[in-house]
Amino acid sequence: MAQAWETVIGFETHVQLQTASGIFSGTSKAFGGAPNSQASVIDLALPGALPVLNAGAVERAVAFGIAVGATIAPRSVFARKNYFYPDLPKGYQISQYEIPVVQGGRMSFTVVPRDGEPYVKTIDLTRAHLEEDAGKSLHEDYHGMSGIDLNRAGTPLLEIVTEPQLRSSTEAVAYARTLHALVVWLGICDGNMQEGSFRCDANVSVRPAGSGTLGTRVEIKNLNSFRFLQQAIDHEVRRQIELIEDGGRVVQETRLYDPDRDQTRPMRSKEDAADYRYFPDPDLLPLQIDGALIERIRAALPELPGAMRARLVQDYGLTEHDAAALTASRALAQYFERVAAAAGDRKAAANWILGELSAALNAEDLPIERCPVAATELAVLVNRIGDGTINGKTAKDLFGLLWRGEAASVDAAIEARGLRQISDSGALERIVDEVLAAQAAMVAEFRGGKEKAFQALVGQAMKATKGKANPQQLNEILRRKLR
Amino acid sequence: MSATAPAGRPEHASLAQLGALLDRRQVSAVELARLFLDRIERHRDLNAFLDVRPEATLAQARAADERRARGESGPLLGVPLAHKDVFVTRDWHTTASSRILQGYTSPFDAAVVERLAGAGMVCLGKLNCDEFAMGSSNENSAYGKVLNPWDRGAVPGGSSGGSAAAVAARLAPLATATDTGGSIREPAAFSGVTGTKPTYGRPSRWGMIAFASSLDTAGLLTQDARDCALAFNAMLGFDPRDSTSVERPPEDYTRHLETGLDGLRIGVPQEFFAAGLEPEVEAAVRAALHEYEKLGARLVTVQLPNAALGIPVYYVVASAEASSNLSRYDGVRYGYRTADYADLAELMAKTRAEGFGAEVKRRVLIGTYVLSHGYYDAYFLQASRVRRVIAGEFQRAFAQCDLIAGPVTSGVAFGFGEKSADPVAMYLADLYTVPSSLAGVPAMSLPCGFGRQGRPIGLQLMANHFDEARMLGAAHRFQCATDWHARLPPGF
Repeated sequence: MAQAWETVIGFETHVQLQTASGIFSGTSKAFGGAPNSQASVIDLALPGALPVLNAGAVERAVAFGIAVGATIAPRSVFARKNYFYPDLPKGYQISQYEIPVVQGGRMSFTVVPRDGEPYVKTIDLTRAHLEEDAGKSLHEDYHGMSGIDLNRAGTPLLEIVTEPQLRSSTEAVAYARTLHALVVWLGICDGNMQEGSFRCDANVSVRPAGSGTLGTRVEIKNLNSFRFLQQAIDHEVRRQIELIEDGGRVVQETRLYDPDRDQTRPMRSKEDAADYRYFPDPDLLPLQIDGALIERIRAALPELPGAMRARLVQDYGLTEHDAAALTASRALAQYFERVAAAAGDRKAAANWILGELSAALNAEDLPIERCPVAATELAVLVNRIGDGTINGKTAKDLFGLLWRGEAASVDAAIEARGLRQISDSGALERIVDEVLAAQAAMVAEFRGGKEKAFQALVGQAMKATKGKANPQQLNEILRRKLR
Repeated sequence: MSATAPAGRPEHASLAQLGALLDRRQVSAVELARLFLDRIERHRDLNAFLDVRPEATLAQARAADERRARGESGPLLGVPLAHKDVFVTRDWHTTASSRILQGYTSPFDAAVVERLAGAGMVCLGKLNCDEFAMGSSNENSAYGKVLNPWDRGAVPGGSSGGSAAAVAARLAPLATATDTGGSIREPAAFSGVTGTKPTYGRPSRWGMIAFASSLDTAGLLTQDARDCALAFNAMLGFDPRDSTSVERPPEDYTRHLETGLDGLRIGVPQEFFAAGLEPEVEAAVRAALHEYEKLGARLVTVQLPNAALGIPVYYVVASAEASSNLSRYDGVRYGYRTADYADLAELMAKTRAEGFGAEVKRRVLIGTYVLSHGYYDAYFLQASRVRRVIAGEFQRAFAQCDLIAGPVTSGVAFGFGEKSADPVAMYLADLYTVPSSLAGVPAMSLPCGFGRQGRPIGLQLMANHFDEARMLGAAHRFQCATDWHARLPPGF
């Protein structure tokens, strides 16, 4: 019988903080500038240049710490991590080592397995620390030479480290998505994975199910999309299990994921891991953070996704699932809040956003920020269904008009196109009589016991009203007349 | 052997006297600049200067004269000086006396350079020193040794040997320098000039090429304490570009120059007069202490029991920081790059092997070792602890006294090659200067006599943090009562 294996995953995520300038320099760090156009004398590590800590980066780290319920260290220390690399200008990276600014914390998220029921998972964070990004080595287009672009050097990073508590690639992706949503929600990161603003490294190991000890871990780098992340972990887990089952041993190493081939390949092993010779950076004083600063940052924080989720369930009566879906991103949550504020029926508003609107966004691969339907108009649409002005069928057509830009105002479109629902029972009775007279065969089928024929008759009657009949009334009248 | 400076010759005039000459229009900044440029050229054999650019100097001098013509004044406006080659400058090369920075020009001026230029001082050029300020004899420069103006067979001291020799030979009225473990005070003592290291954090380190960041302190080599106080007024002060810079209100460092010494308590650490101190130095220092008693000061015995541990602590901490600070010199972005290399690793390794001198490599190796996994706790961490112990001992001593006094070096300037084969003997030259560096307190050396072969001897004064003004005042009172500082090396 095949051995059962358990997957163990921990994460190290490098989040580029959105600050006006570098973590230790006053230079702008926008993505995409001409090579080396955004590198100051500090980023270039010219002789005599010294680092000065950017308070904006500290505030963003603290905001994250508060959001995950972590301890904000009153005193944390910047250290030098020494190693030589052409795109590391000083020959060391300034990073927090022994005493990080954010200590502990936890995050909860909903996991939806491919088979099985959704469940809520909570993971402990080990720490989050501030450090500077390195530059980039460009190995193409230089004919046997390497290009060095130091624009990115000195960009503030928050490295967020979890305990090894994730048990599947699905949990890993759910965690990564939740973390991504949180840092974007807090406004501390632009979340652009393609440009490297949010970079995940996964530490993956396997062990026999039920074992209390950890297996040898492999670090996988270059996971720059959630899809690659899941594929890379699945691949790595399979590789490790096959290796062990074939009598081999997993070696501790760093592997790079190659999405084109769907495989990981070794980057460096522990044997050639450098001795980084960490020591406190004598150019920087310890970072002191007082309670007043923490309280100021706490007061300025937006409502956090967890709190909002709970509020949507409790106050709006939404399901846990819908609340989680609506708070998946701050932009979506804000859109929902704008619709819900103007719509009488918040549940209906949620259904429209998670149903029709999300489907339309997905079909065109649009983010909510670029949704062509104004929240106020979607609210009017919801209200016009609620007050019986239009029926659901008409509402869907109207939504299509709004989406395509063929109508700007729901109310104007209802009037101009005569889309009001027909709720006049006299009018409906006349239409039903006409349909029953014209569809004698169907009536006979229904009377012969074919329930399907009833739906066909409803369809005919609806068609006769050009879809505007109040469906409930129509149903009742038909039932009564066929009795 | 030596002569007191004759009055009236500007090359022998103190900064205060030069300011007066400029004020009275008896000399212009351009004339002064030409005079000193000429002396520099005439005494090139001392090898004190690494880069001299008369056009750049004269442009600054003309600007100073124009400022005076517009009605500006100030004790430093139009007075020339020279900078140790570890301060980066736009208009002169900056090499830190290393091959690895040969021909390097900085796109910005160091804060110290900026501040003194802002006060109207005219730069004469850049001064030789030990490579990356590592050394006690100036024999470690990639651009050759500096000769001691008092005795061309003796070292001028280091690392600020060029600064000390230039001021001793009056090739510049004053010079900037840096002190990490004694690099201002030891050459001041060996070359018979006044050398002052302020409190760590008072001068900005922005633009000062780093050796050991937690110790590196900019200071001055001057003819006397008054000149130092005048220049400190312009040179020291808070700089937001240096995170270790101390934010305090500006102060007048000349304010205690006329303060009498009655009741001043001078601490004399027994540990500074133990075995190893040469009798001629001890005699001169004790005579100076006696002079202080005559001026009204009271001598108090104080203890610095762990001062002797300063040497090993210093060579661990300073080398550790240096090993990291010097990592940026990799041949990738600027400076020297090796001619032939197969790959990136070889580019860096060969560049550094060829670009650094033996002493720099030795300290990078020591520093790398003491920070390595498995050795960090025993060396770097332990040294950091003992450093705090030594700093604490200074605080206890300063509870009993206002200033501490003692020798700067155990002997007078040694001859070339005498200690260069024995690194440990060379490191021990810093025995009396390192403890105050580790504590970050201000300290200075002032001339107090001559030893064998007419080589100068220095007296060391140390003060508590931010108490430079009192220290400079006490030094000035001594210099009012003695003329050691006014003696000139023969031929200058």
